[in-house]
Amino acid sequence: MAVIIDKNSKILIQGFTGKMGSFHADEMIKYGTNVVGGVTPGKGGQKHLDRPVFNTVKDAVKHTGADASILFVPPAFAADSAMEAADAGIKTCVAIVDGIPSHDMIRIKRYMRRYSRTQKMTLVGPNCAGIISPSKCMLGIMPGHIYKEGRVGIISRSGTLGYEAAQQLKNLGIGVSTSVGIGGDPINGSSFRDVIEKFETDNETDVVLMIGEIGGPQEVAAGQFAKENMSKPVIAYIAGLTAPKGRVMGHAGAIVSAYGESAIEKVEILKECGVTISKNPSVMGDTVKSVLGKI
Amino acid sequence: MDIHEYQAKEILSSFGVTIPRGGIVYSPETAENKAREIGGSKWVVKAQIHSGARGKAGGIIVCNSPLEVAQATDKLLGKKLVTNQTGPEGKIVNRIYIEEATDIEKELYLGLVFDRSSESIMVVASTEGGMSVEEISKEKPETIIRSKIEVAVGIQNFQARELAFGLGIDQELIRRASDTIIGCAKAFSELDATMVEVNPLVVSKQKQILALDCKMSFDNNAMFRRDKVSELRDKTQEDEKEVFASDRGLNYVSLDGNIGNIINGAGLAMASMDMIKLAGGQPANFLDVGGGATPDKIVKAFRLITMDEKVKVILVNIFAGINRCDWVAEGIVQALDKIEIKVPLVIRLAGTNVEKGNEILKNSNINYIAADTLEEAANKAVKALKG
Repeated sequence: MAVIIDKNSKILIQGFTGKMGSFHADEMIKYGTNVVGGVTPGKGGQKHLDRPVFNTVKDAVKHTGADASILFVPPAFAADSAMEAADAGIKTCVAIVDGIPSHDMIRIKRYMRRYSRTQKMTLVGPNCAGIISPSKCMLGIMPGHIYKEGRVGIISRSGTLGYEAAQQLKNLGIGVSTSVGIGGDPINGSSFRDVIEKFETDNETDVVLMIGEIGGPQEVAAGQFAKENMSKPVIAYIAGLTAPKGRVMGHAGAIVSAYGESAIEKVEILKECGVTISKNPSVMGDTVKSVLGKI
Repeated sequence: MDIHEYQAKEILSSFGVTIPRGGIVYSPETAENKAREIGGSKWVVKAQIHSGARGKAGGIIVCNSPLEVAQATDKLLGKKLVTNQTGPEGKIVNRIYIEEATDIEKELYLGLVFDRSSESIMVVASTEGGMSVEEISKEKPETIIRSKIEVAVGIQNFQARELAFGLGIDQELIRRASDTIIGCAKAFSELDATMVEVNPLVVSKQKQILALDCKMSFDNNAMFRRDKVSELRDKTQEDEKEVFASDRGLNYVSLDGNIGNIINGAGLAMASMDMIKLAGGQPANFLDVGGGATPDKIVKAFRLITMDEKVKVILVNIFAGINRCDWVAEGIVQALDKIEIKVPLVIRLAGTNVEKGNEILKNSNINYIAADTLEEAANKAVKALKG
């Protein structure tokens, strides 16, 4: 079984009947993902893409047994939808949407504290490409065909840079167990550390490639976790060597505001944690290959 | 989004923070009168630009008569002020804030930020006001006190009290100081701020707690529900090209180098900039046209890059997913039909339908250098620069 999602995951599309939701739901279905239905308030009872539409997530869960969802709702309503999913018992929720206010993200995370550890939903994103376990399940907006099935776990803040890595690996004949896009926002549902921990216990993953960037403490926190708790090798690339201090580089979270948040500082700290560094973005695949050769 | 000092003061004042008497002027003619209206015998004339460290750059002038106030206003208005935060090009002064001078007894620091580790709002305070928070944490870290706000319930009185006592404030002023801290915290939460800084927060000789300089930044993602705040945006304080970009939904940061680049995705854009540097070049900009890289965005991106006279080579790096390379290539061909490029152009496409995409480019009349990998693209761009 892959981490977070697998072939048996029953997927719900929140914001099902909208343009984005329809397009990507269709892509996911074509990939073989088990999409069981969707939610669009006010359109309950209709059929869309041959699947039932529900008014509420609770209704959808009751009738389909859905355990995972993906959000294609506008940023202003995304926090509400994520909390609705959590309350309906959804186990994994991916928020693709870019532009959720940071204050809303904090509210979502505080809201989820009402659930016990075992009952709590795993939120991935926002502002991310989603999750894919090649040949099993795609819960995201990535081009599925660039991912070869295999035993490398990928965690990436950036969408397209994650694609770049998957493509480099595929060109080398190396496959991916699961790739998780955690998103480019300053406050996100799952951190590098949260996901790296899942990969450590995943029997389908041998090594983990972490693709980070400037800003925030998460890459360093994951490195420290890896040093103390991981038996599997970790490889990392950190983007933004040339990024000026104090400027937001596209991703709301990509801003250097404290020590340890620049690319150079992160690389230094990760090296001390025993993480193998991919020196530049064009050798991410080669670096993984050389680490795989040693185990 | 950043706002001016006087705007931050107006906002914080509405949340119960006490500020010195003052007013905004746009011309020297009105300055003299404004000084009289404010009253007192000593004034501070403050250039309103989006930057700290204005004092050292000559942007803050103490005056002893309304006439001096007018002269100082005349001196600053229309000038470009260069501080250690603005970069060498400086920022234009279009507004002057005139304030009554304060007899300072004690200068303190008060700041509120998002703490990304604990995912909460953090209040940071220190007895060493007047210095930047970076300087304080380097030189006097022992003076820093912190308090985490639980967002579900907001700041509590005891937290504000603890901070006020921690700052060594006199017993009889604790209430005022607490109210100031609470006001800042409420403004932060209620207006989707990402930063509130009062530096210095002063205790005056007349035993008042006053916010002498204030800064606020806001979450761009929350502006859809903050009409009043978004009206405070002053585009004259932003880079012209960055304004052009943000008005067109592009993520753009102007940099010092001469290799312009157009990339889809923020991470890939940063990575491409890194590759340019490793290849011995310098990026002229960061530009993310969005994961989708629609033809419309690509046209806008080319327009933006060609506005920049520093650019001697353009590098396009698109990793197409669902959007497909053939579609992206058509977008590039369309863009270059409308826009003339006078510098060498390197294009690297990757991802879905890459062969089709490259075919379209090859069969078009675009004059470009093709690259297959990230590394090759960066090397070719640097080589093209050298001629």
